[in-house]
Amino acid sequence: MKEGLSWRGRLRRDRSLLIMVVPAVVLLLIFNYAPMVGVVTAFQYYDPLTGLWDSDWAGLDQFQQLFTDSRFWESLYNTLYLSFVSLILFFPIPVVLAMLLNSVLSERVRNFIQSVVYLPHFFSWVLVITIFQQMLGGAGALNQYLRSHDLGTWDVMSNPDTFALLVTFQGVWKEAGWGVIVFLAALAAINPGLYEAAAVDGAGPWRRMWHITLPGLRGVIVLMLVLRLGGALSVGFEQFLIQREAVGHEAAEVLDTYAFYYGIGTTNYSLGAAAGLFKSVISLLLIWGANRLAHSFGEDGLYRK
Amino acid sequence: MSQRPSWQEPPTFGGQSAKGLTLGGVLLVVLVPLWIVVLTSLSTKGAINRAGGLVIWPDGITFEAYKEMLTDPTVRTALLVSLVITIVGTVISMVVSVLCAYGLSRSGSFGHRFILVLLIITMFVSGGLIPTFLVVTGLGGYGQWWALILPGAISVFNILLLRSFYASTATELIDAARIDGGSDWRILWSVILPTSQAVNAVIALFYAVGYWNSFFNVMLYMPTESERWPLQYVLLTYVNRGVAMPGMVNAGFGMAHTQTAPLSLQMAVVVLTLVPLVIVYPFVQKHFRTGVLTGAIKG
Repeated sequence: MKEGLSWRGRLRRDRSLLIMVVPAVVLLLIFNYAPMVGVVTAFQYYDPLTGLWDSDWAGLDQFQQLFTDSRFWESLYNTLYLSFVSLILFFPIPVVLAMLLNSVLSERVRNFIQSVVYLPHFFSWVLVITIFQQMLGGAGALNQYLRSHDLGTWDVMSNPDTFALLVTFQGVWKEAGWGVIVFLAALAAINPGLYEAAAVDGAGPWRRMWHITLPGLRGVIVLMLVLRLGGALSVGFEQFLIQREAVGHEAAEVLDTYAFYYGIGTTNYSLGAAAGLFKSVISLLLIWGANRLAHSFGEDGLYRK
Repeated sequence: MSQRPSWQEPPTFGGQSAKGLTLGGVLLVVLVPLWIVVLTSLSTKGAINRAGGLVIWPDGITFEAYKEMLTDPTVRTALLVSLVITIVGTVISMVVSVLCAYGLSRSGSFGHRFILVLLIITMFVSGGLIPTFLVVTGLGGYGQWWALILPGAISVFNILLLRSFYASTATELIDAARIDGGSDWRILWSVILPTSQAVNAVIALFYAVGYWNSFFNVMLYMPTESERWPLQYVLLTYVNRGVAMPGMVNAGFGMAHTQTAPLSLQMAVVVLTLVPLVIVYPFVQKHFRTGVLTGAIKG
């Protein structure tokens, strides 16, 4: 771009570009930035009738109430536990699937498998859970089979003990295929000459995987882990909202559903906002921490250092 | 079929079959539930009774459930609502996103850094659910159509993705257009958009799927007006939760009918929410492989 233009000149030159940005900025100001200001409700006794400007200040009362509520700690525990289980069980699957797919020589077979495994990513949670209900629920295909063979029943969908495994499996079913995309791209970026050179030097398939494939994937794996850790408090909200009724809050209440049920269900807006703010702050700290961790391993993380 | 490189070991029987079994298993896990749902929606009452519920092998096929579903006023309204929200919403989202992405795509343009930061902040910081709800209801959004569309109309991630594509459009083309006296509007319309159709199609699909699948906005802003619910909310209420449909006294969805098993009617609603995806998917899906998405993942 031409240097030396005064800011007025640049403003005049880029006028149309700025006009183009206006609608998006307006939407963000209203629906993203105004709610950030609305976070002050967490420090008030917010009453919709008196409004944001005139509601009484509560100081940290809402947080005090939050931290003495056993249901809040239950939801925090559930969130962390579900996040952890899904991290351990979910995370390796797209990596392995990507390596398997990458080793399929026939392009047609590979494209077919990719098309099939990407598809559930586009299903809504309502749809996915309805399908799971039909397969594993009390009246579903699994129990239909168990009953017809006199094996008793096993209602997976409303069992709190196995709920963590169930939601992880649902997550895998819906998103693992889609998660393959990034890893496939990283695999495609590995120089094939490396494999050839290694093979000529006598490295077998496993050694090549260990010394070439995995190091080639390292950057993406670390990035994905950072994102995943940063989102540790954001386990799928809709997924739990839909299933909370069937399983009960002991297993299915997470921070987001807690904020929803207390904030909107019981119209205790300030308490809900406090729970939301707690979650946002911890999430930011997690992203920051995970990103630092990535940098300390010499990886890029969210951005290049 | 691409050739196996000469330096690679010949495939072993064990290795090949382990790979085949794993990938085959993955396919089955995805496809079998869909097969069962579709087949049950197409099955006769007799077939469902014989199977004791869901049908796994074809045994009497009928389209009765679909005929009945499409004459049901609740489902018909819901289908219409879903289609209108999806189409209107996608158009709004695309117009706003494309304009914003192009507006930010020229490095060194006035204020573009500041606005970019403004956008990116919203990816990491949010006011949270309750304050957003209070803002929307404070603006009078409760029970309004716009409350289902505008609060989530743009995704910053999608805008950044579009932006990185527009920014990589050959500068010679843009400069040529500018020398010819084209304004930025002209360049966007006749240079950028025609050269970025693949990425635009993918982003439009993302938005459309988001609108088609959304149900939480309805739960927040329109929970009681069942005659204005979109399909996903009908699916949640009448199929997933088994609530009786209005006008059917003391009976679950489809209970009042005699010709069709209620189960196949429910599964027909499931299939109905799937159909638009399955129609659009093949047109866009080929772009997923071409690296349209991966470019943006690293910012």
